[in-house]
Amino acid sequence: MIRIANASKVFTARDGNSVHALSDIDLSIDENEFVSLVGPSGCGKSTLLRLVAGLMPSTSGSIDIDAVPVTEPRRDTAMVFQSPTLLPWASIEDNVLFPLKVMNVLDPTSRGRAHELLSLVGLAGFERKFPRELSGGMQQRAAICRALIHDPSIMLMDEPFGALDALTREEMSLELMRIWTDHPRTILFVTHSIPEAVLLSDRVVVMSPRPGRIADILDVSLPRPRTFAMEGDPAFQATAQKIRNLIFERHD
Amino acid sequence: MTEVAPTTTKPTSRSAWFRGFSQEVLMPTAVLLGLVGIWEASVHIFEIPVYLLPAPSQIWVECSAMSNVILKHTLATLHTVLIGFFVSILISIPLAVVLTSSRGIATAIYPVLVITQAVPKVALAPLLVIILGANEIPRVVITFLVAFFPLVIASATGLMSVPHELIELGRSYRISLWQELIRIRLPYAVPMIFSGLKVAITLSVVGAVVGEFVNADKGLGFLIVSASAFFQVPVAFGALVILSLMGVVLFQIVVVIERIFFPWSAESAGNSFM
Repeated sequence: MIRIANASKVFTARDGNSVHALSDIDLSIDENEFVSLVGPSGCGKSTLLRLVAGLMPSTSGSIDIDAVPVTEPRRDTAMVFQSPTLLPWASIEDNVLFPLKVMNVLDPTSRGRAHELLSLVGLAGFERKFPRELSGGMQQRAAICRALIHDPSIMLMDEPFGALDALTREEMSLELMRIWTDHPRTILFVTHSIPEAVLLSDRVVVMSPRPGRIADILDVSLPRPRTFAMEGDPAFQATAQKIRNLIFERHD
Repeated sequence: MTEVAPTTTKPTSRSAWFRGFSQEVLMPTAVLLGLVGIWEASVHIFEIPVYLLPAPSQIWVECSAMSNVILKHTLATLHTVLIGFFVSILISIPLAVVLTSSRGIATAIYPVLVITQAVPKVALAPLLVIILGANEIPRVVITFLVAFFPLVIASATGLMSVPHELIELGRSYRISLWQELIRIRLPYAVPMIFSGLKVAITLSVVGAVVGEFVNADKGLGFLIVSASAFFQVPVAFGALVILSLMGVVLFQIVVVIERIFFPWSAESAGNSFM
C-alpha cells in the first residue's frame, strides 16, 4: 500500500525562483489497485510518480510504501517511461534481463522467465533481435517485460503509451489490462488520455496545475473485464465528462 | 499482434549486388584513374618541367627505385601516428568522462583545453624538441596535441547525449555511478566516440608530419623536406601520396572496427555519413 501524506515538491530554478510542482498531495493506493493520474501538462503528475519511485525526495510531507518511508528506489517498484528506453546495443532478451544484471540477481532461471514474459506480450521469437529492428509498440512491450522481470509489486508508468499511434495505443491498453488481470499488482499510471484512464483504472486522480494538486479523485465503477466497446456506456461517458470538466474549468 | 517488425532490405540478386559494387567500387576507382590519367597527359602535353610537377609515371619510377628507403620512412611515420593516436584515446576518453561528471570540473578544465588548441602546433614543435629532446617523444606529443581535442569533444558530447530517462532507469535500480558509466553512458556514447576517432586518426597523420618537419631523421615528413631540398620532387610527391593513402587506410580501419565490434553504432541514425 502506498501512502502519500501532505507531500509537496518545490523546485528551485537556476535564477533562484522556486516552482511549486506539487502542493499538499494526499493519496492512498491499495495493494493491486490500478490508479491513473490525469491532468494537463505541468500539473506535477510525473513528479508525483518520481517521488513514489524514490528518484527524488519530497520537499515536505511523507511517502510510505508498506509503512516504510521511501528514501531511494525500492526493489519492489519498477518504472516504465514514455520512450521505451531500451539499450540500443543489447538484444531484446538482454534488455529484459538488464534489471537482474545490475541488481546482481541473475540466475539460470532468469532467461526462461524473460522468454515467458516476452511470449506473454507476443514477442516470442524476437529475443535475439535488437531494439532498432522492432516497431515502437513492440519496443514498449519489451520495456514492460523489463519492468516485470523482477516481479515488482508496484509498477509506476509515466505515459507509457504516449508516444504510440492511436491504434497501437488501444491495443497496448487492452494488453496491459490483460497482464494486470492475470498477474495483479499495484499500478500507478500517468496519462494524458482521459478514455485510457477511465478504461484502465479503478480510480482516476485528476490533477490541476500551478501548483500541482489533486482536483478530485473519481471511482470508476465499470465492471471488469473492460473493452473499448464500453466507451459508449453512459457510466463511461459520465466519468470521462466529469474528468474533462475538472480539467478544463481550471483553464477558463 | 498484428505489427510487423521493420526489416532491412538487402540486395540479394546478382544484378543488385553488381549495382552496389559498381556504385561503391567501380565508379570511384574509375574517377580516380581518370584524374591520374589527366595529370599524366597534361604533364606530357604541356611539357611541365619535372621540378614543378612530375608525372605519375615519373613518381612511380623514382619511388620504386628506392622502395626500401621509402618503406623505412613509412614505417617510422606509421609508428608515430599510431602511438600518438593511442595516447589520444587513452587521455581523451577518461578526460571526457571527467569533464562530463561535474559542471565545476568542466568549467575549470575547459579553458585549458581550448588554449591547447589555440596554440599553433607548428610554432610549439621547436620548443618541444628543446624540452623533450631530439627523439620521437616530441613528435608523439605533437601528434597527440593535434588529434586529441576532437576526440574529447566528441566523447563528451556522446556522454552528455544520454537521454535523461535512461539515466533514471538505471537509478531506479539503484546502480552505482561506476555501473551507470560502464553499462549506460559509455556504450551510449560509442557512436559519437567513433566519429571522434575518425577525425582523430586523420589528424594524427597531420600531427606526425608536422613533428617530422621540425625534428626527425626519418619519416615521410622528413623525406619530403630532404627530397625537396635536393630537388627530388618526384620522391617528395611519392611521400605525399603515401601519406594520403596512410590517412585513408587508417580511417577505413577505424570504420571497419566500428562495423565489426559495434554494429549497432555503425547503423545508428546519427552516424549514417561514412
